[in-house]
Amino acid sequence: MEKFTTLRSTAIPLNIENVDTDQIIPARFLKATDKKGFGDNVFRDWRFHKDGSENKDFVLNDSKFTGSILVAGDNFGCGSSREHAAWAIVGYGFKVVVSSFFADIFKGNALNNGLLPVQVSEAFLKTLLHTIKAHPETEIEVNLQNQTISIVGSEASENFEIDAYKKTCMINGYDDIDYLINNKNLIEAFEAQKIY
Amino acid sequence: MTTKKTLFDKVWDSHVVSSIDNGPQILYIDKHLIHEVTSPQAFNELEDRGIPIFRPDQILATADHNTPTLNQDQPVRDVLSRQQLEQLSKNCKKNNITLYELGHQYNGIVHVMAPELGVTQPGITMVCGDSHTSTHGAFGAIAFGIGTSQVAQVFASQCLLLTKPKSLRVTVNGKLQRGVLPKDVILYIISKLGTNSGTGYFCEYAGNVFEEMSMEGRMTVCNMSIEMGARGGMIAPDETTFNYIKGRKFAPQGEDFEKKVAYWKTLPTDDGAQFHKEYVFDAEDIEPMVTYGTNPGMGIKISETIPVDENPSFKKSLAYMNFEAGESLINKPINFVFIGSCTNSRIEDFRVAANYIKGKKKAANVTAWLVPGSKQVEAQIIEEGLKAVFDEAGFELRQPGCSACLAMNDDKIPQGEYCVSTSNRNFEGRQGQGSRTILASPLVAAATAVEGKIIDITKHLN
Repeated sequence: MEKFTTLRSTAIPLNIENVDTDQIIPARFLKATDKKGFGDNVFRDWRFHKDGSENKDFVLNDSKFTGSILVAGDNFGCGSSREHAAWAIVGYGFKVVVSSFFADIFKGNALNNGLLPVQVSEAFLKTLLHTIKAHPETEIEVNLQNQTISIVGSEASENFEIDAYKKTCMINGYDDIDYLINNKNLIEAFEAQKIY
Repeated sequence: MTTKKTLFDKVWDSHVVSSIDNGPQILYIDKHLIHEVTSPQAFNELEDRGIPIFRPDQILATADHNTPTLNQDQPVRDVLSRQQLEQLSKNCKKNNITLYELGHQYNGIVHVMAPELGVTQPGITMVCGDSHTSTHGAFGAIAFGIGTSQVAQVFASQCLLLTKPKSLRVTVNGKLQRGVLPKDVILYIISKLGTNSGTGYFCEYAGNVFEEMSMEGRMTVCNMSIEMGARGGMIAPDETTFNYIKGRKFAPQGEDFEKKVAYWKTLPTDDGAQFHKEYVFDAEDIEPMVTYGTNPGMGIKISETIPVDENPSFKKSLAYMNFEAGESLINKPINFVFIGSCTNSRIEDFRVAANYIKGKKKAANVTAWLVPGSKQVEAQIIEEGLKAVFDEAGFELRQPGCSACLAMNDDKIPQGEYCVSTSNRNFEGRQGQGSRTILASPLVAAATAVEGKIIDITKHLN
């Protein structure tokens, strides 16, 4: 897994609530057996019309907005457990997703792929979306060590929560498999004395 | 400090291998279900890292998401689908994992076949790379969906690193009205609580409404826990649970079964145990439900009208559905009906449908697909004479699989068309690009297929 410490980037505002994983990556693209190529189809049915032409109204097709931070509406990533959604977002080039609320499974999948989910207050999310929309060149800085997200060149800043263990994993690029395998003796001991 | 525990606490606490200071716990997983779509990358990961599968005998595989529902005896036509299915067969064979592949007498949707084989039992932990794993909580198991990285973790260690979720209880007491099915109960709950009220929680369903439900009904309810954000849903095991499990293929037998039952009886939530959140509903207030928007929380009683809301995401959703705020769905013409999915594809669902359909005819404008959840359900439909009822009425009984619930195979609803569906998600394009899904019970779906439009089923029954 790629390490994550800090990131300074412009951002893309996706002001839609309840973005589900079927929108992030539609089921018809889940037939692959590796993790590559999903970025090409991220938000496929919002980015393209059924005839394959670009939907000019969708924010990812608006050349004003660029960057590796996606700022999205409340309850991002609800629905299916497909990790393909995280692979698609990472594959497209995002390193951070900001929302006022994340669905559980998506959040875990993101963290397992070096994609940092940053949960902010509703008020801060509103400020972010407003600022980026009005000034697309605005840079956002995310500092994982300090657990802060700020709008560069302004006072606007907020702290975010992250599990201490997951934070260490992200900063060092570790994943859970290493940890679990190193504890196999405990797991075997547990199996030997199961009470149920 | 209280020692009173919830059902969830009892099962969770008995599976903790160890805890990291200020961090997650190592939770032991008893059963791991896998399917073709979310497992290949996990197998690859282990192979690339040279890590063996730790406990292959605790894994059970089926093919369901990406399988055709016609001509299952022939090679799968879609190349990518066929390759994915072949990959699953290859991975299972190589790693000594039991697989009930397409056409096998035990093949079916993972959340239908595992319970009917007796794999799902009270007090165990179960995972699957599928969010509707919450279904198995109907037996008093901790069961939840995981991502593919976690599938790899369970392959490698039979464990997961997790922070214990909070607990939530939804109680429904009273007498359900005629025509109100378990699907309506859960759609009602989600419409009241919203799609993220359960995020970070495990939900226990309590009250006489759930106690009186069959196992099939309880599975329908627990299945949709994830649609309110809850990782899992649970119902206390009781005689209904024990009777369902008894004698099934992987159920404990003889004296072992009696011993297990004695243990299972200790699992229900202690009187006075505390939940982090509690909601109570009155069964009499529930009516047959339909959804009108693009998430499962956007549901109304069939006799109600679509609410008025100025939120832009709400308006976007109505625009997608081509519905107006304030309008009723009754008399909306419908051309597609789907009865199936891990929510409603068990024998009881087809009995309800057949009971309504018997002696009637499908409306000419409607394409109606009936997709059983498993080969065993399919066999039972034929054995009980339900297929004859469906055939006579002009319904098409297909072969088992996830089918039009997520439209990964050829079972797609065309652009712009409405589908009254017994599945679990009405997301944009879920049943095919541009399709519009209205979630409902098997009874409402059957009635829609017969009438060619949505009707007020309550008035009709009375």
